[in-house]
Amino acid sequence: MTVRLPDDPELAEEAAGLRSAYVHVPFCRRRCPYCDFAVVVDGDPGVDAGTEAYVDAVVAEIGMEAPGFGPLDAVAFGGGTPTFLRVDDLARILSALDRGFGLRPDAEVSIEANPEDWSDELGAGLVAAGFDRITFGVQSFREETLAFLGRLHDPEQAAGAVAGARWAGFRSVGVDLVYGTPGESIEAWQASVERALDLGVDHLSAYALTVERGTALSRAVAAGALPAPDPDLQADAFAVVDRACLAAGLRRYEVSNWARPGHHSRYNLSTWGGGEYVAFGVGAHDHRGGVRSRNVRRLDRYLAEIAAGRRPRAGSERIEGRLRELETTIVGLRRAAGVALEGLAATLVDHPEGRRLVEAGILAVRRGRVVVVDPMRTDAAARAVLSLSEADC
Amino acid sequence: MTDPSRIRNFSIIAHIDHGKSTLADRLLERTGAVEERDMRAQVLDDMELERERGITIKANAVRLDYTAGDGRTYRLNLIDTPGHVDFSYEVSRSLAACEGALLLVDASQGVEAQTLANAYLAIEAGLEIVPVVNKIDLPAAEPDRVAAELAGILGGDPSEVLRVSAKTGEGIDELLEAIVDRLPPPEGDPEAPLRALVFDSFYDTYRGVVSHVRVVDGRLEARRPVRFMATGLDAEADEIGIRRPAVEPVEVLDAGEVGYLVTGVKEIDLVRVGDTVTDAERPAAAPLPGYREPKPMVYSGLFPTDGDDFERLRDALEKLRLNDAALVYQPETSRALGFGFRVGFLGLLHMEIVRERLEREYDLDLVATAPSVAYRVELTSGETITIRSPQDLPEQGRIVSIAEPYVEAMMILPAEYVGTVMELAQSRRGEMGEMTYLSPERVELHYELPLAEIVFDFFDQLKSRTRGYASLDYEPSGYRPSDLVRVDILLNGQPVDAFSSIVHRSEAYRYGRAMVERLRELIPRQLFDVPVQAAIGSRIIARETIRARRKDVTAKCYGGDITRKRKLLERQKEGKRRMKMVGRVEVPQEAFISALRLEP
Repeated sequence: MTVRLPDDPELAEEAAGLRSAYVHVPFCRRRCPYCDFAVVVDGDPGVDAGTEAYVDAVVAEIGMEAPGFGPLDAVAFGGGTPTFLRVDDLARILSALDRGFGLRPDAEVSIEANPEDWSDELGAGLVAAGFDRITFGVQSFREETLAFLGRLHDPEQAAGAVAGARWAGFRSVGVDLVYGTPGESIEAWQASVERALDLGVDHLSAYALTVERGTALSRAVAAGALPAPDPDLQADAFAVVDRACLAAGLRRYEVSNWARPGHHSRYNLSTWGGGEYVAFGVGAHDHRGGVRSRNVRRLDRYLAEIAAGRRPRAGSERIEGRLRELETTIVGLRRAAGVALEGLAATLVDHPEGRRLVEAGILAVRRGRVVVVDPMRTDAAARAVLSLSEADC
Repeated sequence: MTDPSRIRNFSIIAHIDHGKSTLADRLLERTGAVEERDMRAQVLDDMELERERGITIKANAVRLDYTAGDGRTYRLNLIDTPGHVDFSYEVSRSLAACEGALLLVDASQGVEAQTLANAYLAIEAGLEIVPVVNKIDLPAAEPDRVAAELAGILGGDPSEVLRVSAKTGEGIDELLEAIVDRLPPPEGDPEAPLRALVFDSFYDTYRGVVSHVRVVDGRLEARRPVRFMATGLDAEADEIGIRRPAVEPVEVLDAGEVGYLVTGVKEIDLVRVGDTVTDAERPAAAPLPGYREPKPMVYSGLFPTDGDDFERLRDALEKLRLNDAALVYQPETSRALGFGFRVGFLGLLHMEIVRERLEREYDLDLVATAPSVAYRVELTSGETITIRSPQDLPEQGRIVSIAEPYVEAMMILPAEYVGTVMELAQSRRGEMGEMTYLSPERVELHYELPLAEIVFDFFDQLKSRTRGYASLDYEPSGYRPSDLVRVDILLNGQPVDAFSSIVHRSEAYRYGRAMVERLRELIPRQLFDVPVQAAIGSRIIARETIRARRKDVTAKCYGGDITRKRKLLERQKEGKRRMKMVGRVEVPQEAFISALRLEP
């Protein structure tokens, strides 16, 4: 098997043809102040039913999916905190997916985990259940930043978890980091990044701290109790992580993702390429047969719908024709591989808006592809794509 | 025919809030013109805006029948006058229709500059003045001090000053007696050819132009042909009448009487305040003296924030002009603001009123450029041109000199603020004239000032430095050459016409600095660095840089987020569509508006 670089255009295009599944596990020990994902903590409606009832419901939902999808090239467990579930519950869901769609022998099976949940037993159990890829929500190796972000682990726990996962036998070990937290200097950020890279991670995701509506962070910023993240400092922080990853042998293949060759996330690359996937659990979104559907975000409703024998849908949208092309172009431009110089992308680079972006050093045509060369300004390119009128095309 | 000796024509001169409307209401009520229970507070101020701002824009005339202490019944014609300096010409015409005036002053506040200016106008016009101190019921009232001040100004005795409370009615009877006793009856030749002064004119949707007139000589009869002598318009007196304040048509208005005239004419331009109405078949040899064309002093560009509203703005201005002969305008195009109008106003208040009426009554959302004045520019060709917009200023090489309008400004203020006000006037290029102590506490201060400075921020500064205690009045005093330059504001090297301003050379740097700093704050960061510069000709005098936006991306985008992200981007794109392009720079409309709205 030839190993290809994570930003290889062919790899990006092939990923669109992959079939994957996503499972959402909403449980968390507590809600992080910046998080707007579909999560539940103690006291939220439906939590009392227990995790086993949830796993039963997810297995039931998998059984409701129409046949004809698969076999699966990738399975991703996200959250929330997937490791909030017991390993045999996770295994139960995995085997339900295998029964329903079939799992390719070389399928990527990934899970997100919090460092404070790590134990060697957990690692051994996950590997035995079939997981070959683990990503730790480390966020930072700096105490103060972890406190600001409301995380429950400390830097040493995180380092221990990463090292332990290597020994446990995961094929790929990765960490998520957050940059631009108010009060964190560039030097401190650099130190965090280097600590992660020194641990030998295969994959690194670095996200700019974002003030999402409805979060505790957003309320604190609005009230003036906390400063908003400084976008210029975030741009500096991005440059730091991008440089450090390159030096450590990790290549950027999306705005916020770096990997060693062969260690990119197949599941993510597939979603960015417009690939189809099934999804299960609270708040999960799928994309199948040209339709994107989303599940209800509340755990109690989710459980009630499943108990009533219904798919717990909150809504759906047809993604086809021009809309599909718009989406694949917008999302595709987030990849380092960019998009092929055809269709909307070709129209864009000939359009005054596109030329402005080229002049401003945001967009470029390289080896027959349209590429965003300043990833921190990808949305300028996305808006330009959206502004192309039907008449332009 | 009414015996002229039984007629008294008078107006009330007062500062805003000193109680003119309340006094008028009380006079109406006491003479039985309106029943107390029908009394809508402040009957005379009938426009919504006037009520809200507490000022009278349009003069009005009401006839009151009053049976005096001598047992005889008198016709009192109360002629309302606009209270503000912007309308001083209209004030002077209203006063010309009277033989006397009540000078009404708030017992807790004392005389204000505008009141005094109008009182001087009345004295110059030969009117008999009855000084009245109002609001004597207020706890803070100082009737003795104010009466002494009034007596000092008018050269009379404090005992001649009447004391009333329009609110409680105290002293109103004495005031009515004084109107009869102390004001002279009209004089005029009832047999001479008709001469009637138009002292107010407004447009009524159903009747066309309605004028208020004071018959000086002869008689005005219904259904007779009349002529407006200044404009040369001939028409028929469709209807004449009086207001009590309800409209009451009459057949005849005799010499000395006041009433309204409807001719069916639709163009207010043809029936101007100050014109003389005569009999078309037996015209007077000469019009009454004092007619003046309305002359705008202040100019501003008005632009709809939504370019699609241009036609609506045009219609609205046309409608306003029906009622306001002083309003002049012509189309103007701005690269930054699109299509709009350059509009001339009598003064700042007039400008504000027009703007508010456009926004309120016509539901328009407007951007107004900084107000400017009319400059006279002498060119190397020997020609002299008048420019009303900074963009019209020719290039430096063609200019020999620029002259700007000056005003004679009169301020009345508490003595303790003289120092700070002198400092302010000096810093605005003022030349001090006379200074008079009206009383030990109050000073009347005269300055020659460039009108542009007053239009800029002088009045606001004056108010803030004196905690609102100073008042200001001004009248044009001619043009003077000044060292003026045009400061242009450039965005990415492109001038933004809406921000160009003609300023004194000594002020150029300050203006330029303030504008570039403000724009740096207001204009969002772009794809590239954008220099914001202030320049005189090709010389840059101030510069700031709007740094390119460095982060413009959402951190996460996974399967489920794609719809949400697309919708967010769609919204952002819509916001972008509403921006105006200045060269390659996207400027939100709000940035223009804020930059223009803030005080320089």
